[in-house]
Amino acid sequence: MFGTNRTAPSATRSVAQVMQHVLYALIPGTLLLFWLFGWGLLSNLILSIGFALLLEALMLKLRQRPLQPFLSDYSVLVTGWLLAVSLPPYAPWWLIAVAMLFAVVVAKHLYGGLGYNPFNPAMVGYAAVLISFPLEMTLWPAPFASNMTHIGLADTLQQVWGAPLAQWDAYTQATPLDALKTGFSLGESFDSLQAQAPPDWRAWGWVNIAYLMGGLWLLWRGIISWPIPVALLGTLGGLASLSWLLAIPQAAPPLWHLFAGASMLGAFFIATDPVSASTTPLGQLLYAAGIGFFTYIIRTWGGYPDAIAFAVLIMNMAVPLIDAYTPPRVYGTSRWRS
Amino acid sequence: MNAPLKLWQNPGGLALPAHKETSTQQASRSLSAHQQAPLRIPLLQHAGLKAEAQVQAGEKVYKGQVLARSQGYTALPIHASTSGVITGIEQHPIPHPSGLTDDCLILEPDGDDDWGTQRLPAWPHYTEQNEESLRARIAEAGIVGLGGAVFPTAIKLNVRPEIPVSHLILNGAECEPYISCDDQLMQERAADIIVGAQIMLHILASHAPPSGQTCLVGIEDNKPAAIQAMQAAVKMSGDTRIQIISLPTRYPNGGERQLIHTLTGREVPSAGRPADIGVICHNVATARAIYRAVVLGEPLIDRYVTVTGPGVRHPQNFSVPFGLPISALIEQAGGYTDVAERLLMGGPMMGITLANANIPVVKATNCILLDRAFPQHTVMPCIRCGQCAQVCPASLLPQQLYWHARARDVEQAEKYHVMDCIECGCCEVVCPSHIPLVDYYRFAKDEIKAQREAQQKAAIARERYEMRQARLERLERERAEKLAKHKQALQDKAANKANTASDQNSDKNSKQDAIQAALERAKAKKAQQAQSKPTSPHKQDAS
Repeated sequence: MFGTNRTAPSATRSVAQVMQHVLYALIPGTLLLFWLFGWGLLSNLILSIGFALLLEALMLKLRQRPLQPFLSDYSVLVTGWLLAVSLPPYAPWWLIAVAMLFAVVVAKHLYGGLGYNPFNPAMVGYAAVLISFPLEMTLWPAPFASNMTHIGLADTLQQVWGAPLAQWDAYTQATPLDALKTGFSLGESFDSLQAQAPPDWRAWGWVNIAYLMGGLWLLWRGIISWPIPVALLGTLGGLASLSWLLAIPQAAPPLWHLFAGASMLGAFFIATDPVSASTTPLGQLLYAAGIGFFTYIIRTWGGYPDAIAFAVLIMNMAVPLIDAYTPPRVYGTSRWRS
Repeated sequence: MNAPLKLWQNPGGLALPAHKETSTQQASRSLSAHQQAPLRIPLLQHAGLKAEAQVQAGEKVYKGQVLARSQGYTALPIHASTSGVITGIEQHPIPHPSGLTDDCLILEPDGDDDWGTQRLPAWPHYTEQNEESLRARIAEAGIVGLGGAVFPTAIKLNVRPEIPVSHLILNGAECEPYISCDDQLMQERAADIIVGAQIMLHILASHAPPSGQTCLVGIEDNKPAAIQAMQAAVKMSGDTRIQIISLPTRYPNGGERQLIHTLTGREVPSAGRPADIGVICHNVATARAIYRAVVLGEPLIDRYVTVTGPGVRHPQNFSVPFGLPISALIEQAGGYTDVAERLLMGGPMMGITLANANIPVVKATNCILLDRAFPQHTVMPCIRCGQCAQVCPASLLPQQLYWHARARDVEQAEKYHVMDCIECGCCEVVCPSHIPLVDYYRFAKDEIKAQREAQQKAAIARERYEMRQARLERLERERAEKLAKHKQALQDKAANKANTASDQNSDKNSKQDAIQAALERAKAKKAQQAQSKPTSPHKQDAS
């Protein structure tokens, strides 16, 4: 089948070009993670992308779809890359394999492939392994302490492909959101928790800033539009500010919420996945605000330290409903569609 | 003079490279018909009823002579573009994407370009004419909307009395890339256009609201020479009702609905017409055609056509008599360049692809675009990126329409207002998956139209059937009533006869008894009938 025969202006981008832009925008954050976590990040990337391409090719073959156009659209690369930076570095190969299986096979191809998935594939994969393997998923290596100067290639290979390193616990450290969750559950205040915090925690803020930079570049290039990141971060920051001002005991300050965990990655790279997001102007605001809302709720009162994945999946479910009720007013019609 | 008009911004749209300057570097050239023989003049060149040939093969015709006409509200006559001999009527390809053929008169020009006596009476003092006769003249001259829709202009000027017309809008926006025929026309024939506008204002004068009528001429600001020429012409005319408005250049601001919104802030209701909101909109070229028809008495037999694109050597505008083959225009423009791969009638956004250049120029031919080979993209699945919705000038959700049209769920597509799509193609141009979206919308629209027609037909058929049933029932009832009456009359007659017989023959006892018995029977029956009549009249009727 042939596409449009209208003369396209130079501003038009193909699906592949859109995906390439997303990959470029992930580079600053990825480089920073590589600096912080060394080989572990690299092995995550290689394994995720490897499994992603393999499973994509397999599914395309099974579904009797042409390999070339769909492998070269870069969409599965984005899925793999997003999972690689979301999973704890030095993740064992089988964990990545299971995550990619859920992301590529279940979330994407069983629903019809590119463009047809109601749920964000990377987040389905992430949630599947988070629920199935909570121990592995919460054991994050400490930034700097697990980088190349501390863990060599051989140890990395053993950690990823063989039995976990005996001294592995020495390399791990609770993430800020994790520590907060545990601390609050023990009745500690935010100020005392912050006083105990290791200085390495600042690194998480830098990672978020790197994602923010990449995201702003995507905005500037017109790959994503402002409503989703603004509504997501606005709601998350707004709720955090509100509870901070009301001095609710388990409230972390708003900046903490915005620059910890996967906030920036979620706002600019995950919630903006066009396939699983709302498409109407008003719907996008509601959808993203919902993600911000559920992220705050789950982080504060839920069982998991971070919640971007769950919040995104919950709002993915709501997209058809949101879209059905938020069409824009069409030229020459009086108000909403009846 | 006039306070600056507030312009309203349209949603969506695209800033497209204009490519107009290449074809407006020189004055337009008139192509005479006799250089190229023969002319093929299609019998249907407008949106309406097809005309029937009024001339025979071998007949000598004069320029402007009516060659074909038919009766009907949407019918328009077809005129000879030049003098010559009709050599026949044949099926010939007409400008249509599928290479459709239709009846065309073949006119062999004699080279004299002679009007004979065929020119209509010139009305330089058109204000002496009334509304009806001016509209009749516009129809008789075969004038249609020259912006591309080719709808009969006289019908568009026939407005209902209940809604006053506050604005006459002349469309000189010409927002589609490459096309420059209106630009050049405004530069060269501004005074004609202004008189055309004045004629239309005269026709619409009786519909003016108490606040008066204005004529707004919208021209995109990438045509400064046209704006200047038009402003000068308005100044010369001294007509304060007419204002030239410079519009921001953005596709598709020249769409009728978009232009009306830009200039008035009013929106043409969905499924409605501009007249519903007191606006009448015509193309500038149509205005000039009206001037020529009314003031000069010349029917519509030629038009400005842009021949342009990277595929033609000397892009320029021509004044072309209808029926001339497109190939002649290309030849006059220096012929093809090496990159010529695609032939389009119209612009790159809304034009139709033509199979070859052996197709006549018709009233709808505003531009011949020779474009480069277009890279054929593989269609990828929709990734719901929503770029299409951002550029849609009608604020539709193009991808929802796409899903529903693709699923052949035309009901849903209608619910999402597919009928309000103006087919501008903006969504298609920005689609990263290169989906031919407008084709899907056209499919859905055609399906909806077919369904509506079928529904209408079914409704008419049902109505007819019901009326027939009612009529049959009525006839049957009347027949039964008549029969019953007749029967009653016979019975009464028999009873009377029996009565008189008994008086005369009292000795015939046995007979009398029998008669008496019969009489009593009849009476009893009569009583029974009288009793049952008011309660069940229908039963009685039917019996």
